[in-house]
Amino acid sequence: MAFNSSTSISGSALSGFQRSSLRFQGQLPRNRWNLLYTCLAGVFAATAVLPLVLVLAYVLVKGGGLISLQLLTQLPPPPGLDGGGIGNAIIGTVVVTLIASLIAIPVGIGGGIYLAEYSQSGKFAQFVRFGTNVLAGVPSIICGVFVYGLIVSTRVFFDQSYSAMAGGIALAVLMLPTVIKTTDEALKLVPNELRWGAIGIGASKFVTIVKVTLPSAFTPIATGVVLGIARAAGETAPLIFTALFSPFWPEGVFNPIATMSVLIFNFAIMPYEAQIALAWAASFVLVVMILAANLFARWLGRFAQA
Amino acid sequence: MTSSAPTMAPLSQGTLPCLELENVTISYGGSEAVRGVYMQIPRGQITAFIGPSGCGKSTVLRALNRMNDLIEGCSLKGRVIFDGQDLYARDVDPVEVRRRIGMVFQKPNPFPKSIYENIAFGARINGYRGDMDELVERSLRKAAIWDETKDKLKESGYALSGGQQQRLCIARAIAIEPEVILMDEPCSALDPISTLKIEEMMHELKKSYTIVIVTHNMQQAVRVSDMTGFFNVTPKADGDGKVGCLEEFAPTETIFNAPSQQATQDYVSGRFG
Repeated sequence: MAFNSSTSISGSALSGFQRSSLRFQGQLPRNRWNLLYTCLAGVFAATAVLPLVLVLAYVLVKGGGLISLQLLTQLPPPPGLDGGGIGNAIIGTVVVTLIASLIAIPVGIGGGIYLAEYSQSGKFAQFVRFGTNVLAGVPSIICGVFVYGLIVSTRVFFDQSYSAMAGGIALAVLMLPTVIKTTDEALKLVPNELRWGAIGIGASKFVTIVKVTLPSAFTPIATGVVLGIARAAGETAPLIFTALFSPFWPEGVFNPIATMSVLIFNFAIMPYEAQIALAWAASFVLVVMILAANLFARWLGRFAQA
Repeated sequence: MTSSAPTMAPLSQGTLPCLELENVTISYGGSEAVRGVYMQIPRGQITAFIGPSGCGKSTVLRALNRMNDLIEGCSLKGRVIFDGQDLYARDVDPVEVRRRIGMVFQKPNPFPKSIYENIAFGARINGYRGDMDELVERSLRKAAIWDETKDKLKESGYALSGGQQQRLCIARAIAIEPEVILMDEPCSALDPISTLKIEEMMHELKKSYTIVIVTHNMQQAVRVSDMTGFFNVTPKADGDGKVGCLEEFAPTETIFNAPSQQATQDYVSGRFG
C-alpha cells in the first residue's frame, strides 16, 4: 500500500489516497474532460434552439412586412391578380378550432375526471390510458383519413362532403389525448387531504369533484387545453381532405372552409407572386397566434402559483 | 386548562353510548390491520385513542365515519353502531353518515377558497337555509379563531398559519353541526401554543359534541380526554406480520394511574418495547 506522503498536507499519512493542493488545477484529466463535455453540451443546446430562432426570424422577415389591415380583412385574389388578404382563412381557422375545442374539451376533461377520480385503476382504465397514449402518437394525416372515411365520403351531415365540421372533428381527435392526459395528471396532483376534507364534511363525490378538486386543478388543466388548441390550430394534414379550402367567405359549418394552414399549403406552391406573398403573411399570422396562445398558457400557469 | 375532573366510570352512570363497536376487524387487501375491537364511546365526552404507530388507531377512527371507504381494498367486519343503526348496513348512505360524524385531519387541509367560503361551503352543500354570516361567525367563535379572522374573512384560507388553519378546519367541521367530531392527530403538525388553543377549544366543544381524538402525545390524552383506549400491536397467531388490537379501554385516570394490563402500564410509563 504505497502512499505519497510528500503531497499529504494533513497529518493523516495513513490514508490510502493522494492528497493534493486545494487549488484548482486545470491540467488534471478530470478537469479537462469536464471542460470538453461542458462545451459539447453547450454546442448541442445551441444547435437545438437554432431552428426555432431561424424559423421565427425567417417568417418574420418574409411575412412581417406584408401585415396590413387589408391583409386581415380581404379575400385572397384570383390567380394572377395582385392584392387581397387572408381574412376568410383567419375566420376559418378560428371556426374550425372552435368546433374542435367544443368537442374535445368536454369529452377530454370528462375522460380525465373518470380516469383520475372514478376508475379504481382497473382493466378498463388501464386500457383507456394506453389508448390515449397510442392516440397521441397517431400521425395527424391518419386522423384526417379517418374522418374523411367516416364523415366526408359518407356525407352524413346534410349530404355535404367536405365541411368545417369534418375539419373540426379531425382536429378534436388530435386534441383529445392531450386534454385527457393533462386532466388526469392535474387531478392526480391534487392532494388527497383536500378530497378528504370535503368528504369529511359530508360532500358527495360529485360535489367534491366539481367544487373542490376541479377548481384546484384548474390552472394545469387550462394550460394543457390551451396548448392542445394551439397545436390543433396549426395542423394542416387532417384539414386538407376534411375542411378542404374555399376562396370565399365561410358559408356555414357544413360547407368547405378556408384555414390558414391549408392556405399556406396551397398558396406556397403556386407560381404567382401575390399568392406566395400571402402564404408568407399567413405563416406570420399563424406563428404569432400560436405564440400568443403559448404565452397565454404560461400566464395561466403563473396565475396559479400566486 | 388541566383536565376538568374526568367522570369516573361514565357508562355506569347512565350515559348512553354514542358509538358502539362490536367485534370490528378491519383489513387492507388481504391482511388484517386491526382485529376484534369492542368499544362503547360515551356521548358528550372526549375519547382518546393512544398506542404505538401501526396499531390501527387511525384506522378505527376512520371506520367511525366510513372514511375508509375511500381507501382501495379496505374492508370491515363486525358492526359499528351509531344511533342504534349499523353504519355498515347495506342501505346506509355514507355521505349522510359523514354529515352527522365530522372529521378533522392530521394535516390542516383548508380549501383553496376564502376563510368565509371554507365555512360556508360545507353548510351550503348540506342544504343550510339560515343566515350564513351568522353561522360563519358562530362556527369561527366556537373554534376560537373568530378574533384572528374577523377582519379578513375574504382572504384565502391558505394565508393563515398552520395552527390557525387547523382551527379553521375544526370550524368547518363544526359548521355542519355534526353530533360527533373525529380528530386524527389534530395537533401533530402544530406548535405547543396552537396545540394549547385547540385543547382549550375541545373542552368547550365537548359541551355540545362527542369528540374522538387520536393522539401520539400521552400528555395530551391526559389533558383533554375522559376515556382512553390503548391500542397495541401483537404478532399474528400464524407468525406472519402484526395486527393491532384494543388492549384496554377505560377512564383516562385509570389508564394512566392504575391500568389493568401490563402492556398499558409499560406504554404509558414509557417502558414500551
